[in-house]
Amino acid sequence: MNTMLNLTEFEIRERRLRSVISYHGTASDLNEKSKKTALKCGSRTYQQCSDCSQGCAETVTYLIKDAAVIVHSPIGCCSNPSLTELQGEVVTRQRGLKPQRAQIICSNIREKDTIYGASEKLKKAAYAAKERFNPSAIFVHSSCAAGIIGEDLEAQTDQLEKELKIPVIPVFCEGFKSRIWSTGFDAAFHGILRKLVKPPEEKQADLVNVFNFVGNDTFSGLLKKLGLRVNYLVPLTDIRTISKMSEAACTAHICETLATYIANGLEKQYGVPEVKTPAPFGIKWTDQWLREVAKYTGKEEIVEQVIQSEHERIQPELEQIRERLKGIRVYIFAGDSYAHSLANMATDLGLELVGLTTLHHDQKTDGNTEELNTLNHLIKDKGEIENYSVCNKQPFQVIKIVKKLQPDLLIVRHMNMTILGTKLGIPSVLEGDVNVSAGYDGFIKLGKRLHEALLRKKVLKTIADHVELPYTDWWLQEEDPFYFDGGNKL
Amino acid sequence: MSGIIEQPRFSCALAGQQTVLAIPKGIPIVHAGPGCAGKVFSFTAYGAGYQGEGYAGGGNISCTNSSETEVVFGGEKKLKDLVEGTLRVIKGDLFVILAGCTSGIIGDNVEAVASSFAKDGIPIIGVETSGFKGNSYFGHELVVNSIIRQFVGDITPRVREQVVNVFSVVPFQNPFWRADLEEIKRLLQAIGLEVNILFGHGSKGVSEWKDIPNASFNLVLSPWIGLETALLLKEKYGTTYLHYPVFPVGAKATSKFLREVGEFAKLPKEKVEAVIEREESRFYDYFVALGDFIVDMNNNIPFELYMVADSLYALGVSDYLVNEMGFIPKGVYLTDEPKPGYIPKIKEIFQTLGEEFKGTLEIEADGGIIQKHIREKIGNSGKAVILGSTWESRLAKEHNNLSVKLSLPINDDVIVNRSFSGYNGGLRLTEEIYSGIFRKGNISQTTLVQE
Repeated sequence: MNTMLNLTEFEIRERRLRSVISYHGTASDLNEKSKKTALKCGSRTYQQCSDCSQGCAETVTYLIKDAAVIVHSPIGCCSNPSLTELQGEVVTRQRGLKPQRAQIICSNIREKDTIYGASEKLKKAAYAAKERFNPSAIFVHSSCAAGIIGEDLEAQTDQLEKELKIPVIPVFCEGFKSRIWSTGFDAAFHGILRKLVKPPEEKQADLVNVFNFVGNDTFSGLLKKLGLRVNYLVPLTDIRTISKMSEAACTAHICETLATYIANGLEKQYGVPEVKTPAPFGIKWTDQWLREVAKYTGKEEIVEQVIQSEHERIQPELEQIRERLKGIRVYIFAGDSYAHSLANMATDLGLELVGLTTLHHDQKTDGNTEELNTLNHLIKDKGEIENYSVCNKQPFQVIKIVKKLQPDLLIVRHMNMTILGTKLGIPSVLEGDVNVSAGYDGFIKLGKRLHEALLRKKVLKTIADHVELPYTDWWLQEEDPFYFDGGNKL
Repeated sequence: MSGIIEQPRFSCALAGQQTVLAIPKGIPIVHAGPGCAGKVFSFTAYGAGYQGEGYAGGGNISCTNSSETEVVFGGEKKLKDLVEGTLRVIKGDLFVILAGCTSGIIGDNVEAVASSFAKDGIPIIGVETSGFKGNSYFGHELVVNSIIRQFVGDITPRVREQVVNVFSVVPFQNPFWRADLEEIKRLLQAIGLEVNILFGHGSKGVSEWKDIPNASFNLVLSPWIGLETALLLKEKYGTTYLHYPVFPVGAKATSKFLREVGEFAKLPKEKVEAVIEREESRFYDYFVALGDFIVDMNNNIPFELYMVADSLYALGVSDYLVNEMGFIPKGVYLTDEPKPGYIPKIKEIFQTLGEEFKGTLEIEADGGIIQKHIREKIGNSGKAVILGSTWESRLAKEHNNLSVKLSLPINDDVIVNRSFSGYNGGLRLTEEIYSGIFRKGNISQTTLVQE
């Protein structure tokens, strides 16, 4: 029995996974130090804005089909509902689902609420949510303001649950609480595990849980080849499906950073095995992933045949793409685990990996298993990466690294970071919906997208020729991009 | 007011960071939690039709990324380190420290931190923009007033005749701010004024802000935003101000506006009239040429007008659409939470726009309530045009009504130099609406497919 579910709150990543947000060196050095958890979550004396946990809690909870979300915060924290509304319209169309609306209300904490308490506003928001959306459950996101003024979210949500007669799930995603924004994934999943997931009534031997973002349906095709069904979690699904996720044969995820917390919880609590191999990005990693899934679903007999025929199927197109991308030098900026997936795909496509920055780094894995250490897998399969760093965004540093290495191509997975490549005139690709790159077909698609980006350099030149960087000459000439790391003063 | 909000139309006071960025070489330094600056950027800049990070916005913004340590022990020390780093790394002419909720609740004094640097001659100020203190409009005005108090400071004005400071659109929160300010400046210059436009490409930047006390008058071109600034400037430098509440859109309104400014500034009447004549003649040449389209398509042009925007855009744009374009106002929703003291005045101004507006005005920041209201009024009509945000573009689709972008958030359109202000803007808006009918997909030159 896993005791973590008995706790109101969960352990943040800095403590649980000993995560860090700054490092520079080589991939193997980071990996060795991580194995001994030798690194401290240090800071910079100068830094640029990061992101917060609540943003990641949004990603998990904003598009659950029949749930409402209350953001218990001042209005600025609740800035993305219109993007959610658009996503809900566009992605459901691709997946052939009914369009989904954003069902989000901000309690709009104001100054007097910070003095007299904001519980009345939360209550008002919850009742409004019930009336406007008639949801099957309500998530309540905490915020810096709610946290510091001492709102007792646990007691308040318990009370609302009684009054509204639906699950009301607190999500402890206060921005100040963790320096690793991915903690917000854990916060949301902790609430889901505690309050929504039920013990299995009937096991479904052909059902595979896939934790993902709001993305295209690309796993159905892949798993269908093994005669399996995909259970996408948790965006775009409903509360009932979420409550029954314990019935699946096994649990996989598109990114270890997203979902090992809940996958590990499901395994410990309900015996649903977690697929403990890197997510299916790149040829070998897709092979391994399919084998691992097959192991838990009794498909071991057919899996080798599927893998072989898939290899043969994509071979002609793959050769063509490799030819086009030959000799192209690539830099990757994403994170944490998905950067490893991207690096794996890039090298499989024949690109030369000149360096990599991840947005954070977990020194440990949930469940403490080496199989989930994607950095270890990457080094084992692809060798050393000489230029390896960890920056929680910090474009002032990354732009210096990229400028020095002058890659032909930059792959980024974080909004608003892609532009740093553009300002240098380097073709850059935002890897937004990662589902698109999954499996054999996704891998080919990524190759095509990268090639397309290389074709359209002129528009980037137009920008790069006219852009003025905001950095001082001193900073642009300073040798060390990590000058401010580890508490270095001026 | 200040109740719960579904479908937000503004961000919080920390959105003042975008006001700083709208000043050429203005650099924000954010003392807040790790996600705040990014969220403001996402809503206010990216959500304004993909206006990007520009020179030093977005991920470039210096931030303390306040964590538990600062919440427990105070964050002023960390902020000082950050300011030192920013001055070393980022090139700027004016640095503005903006406090977020964490700082505001625990009581860090950002103004004191700023002044500890300013005493050495560094152009830096501190503003208490905690998110819970107010919305984007509040944050904007607070930043403007703080720059005047702490940076422009106590100096003796050396007034130059016919120099005007303009306080009007809120950068980014009014998504067409860049081209709006270009058009306003162009017109005011044409009638003979020297203009401190203060924001955007047409501003000289910090030197223009330093020149604020020397203006002969201030122009508040907005229903209420900027009024407190004008009062502050009157108190500080004795500068008079003209409050012109209806943002000018189209020929009639813009000519009226120019005449009033001309009179207030005692500009030669002939010069003002010459400008008006030239502009109007051009405007109506274009307009009259639309006559064929307007009359041939008469049955296909939507005419029921709904508007969801802040009071600045809503009043100005509906004035033009109703009084020159002949739309029938059905619902005008003001989303900017004007301070209660200003509401009677806003209602009064609204009534002066015309009889048709009676009973159409709502002041509401909760988008959920607004949309419910509009849905009930629209019913099954396919003859509506809804000006508003991405939310309204979704709403318009329900009955294949026409939507035109006017307010934040705008996530499904790209805004470059679009503006509905002045003569040029009136034409642009006309084009936007009339072109829009073909985007509905059920209209050809002679056919309207009724669904």
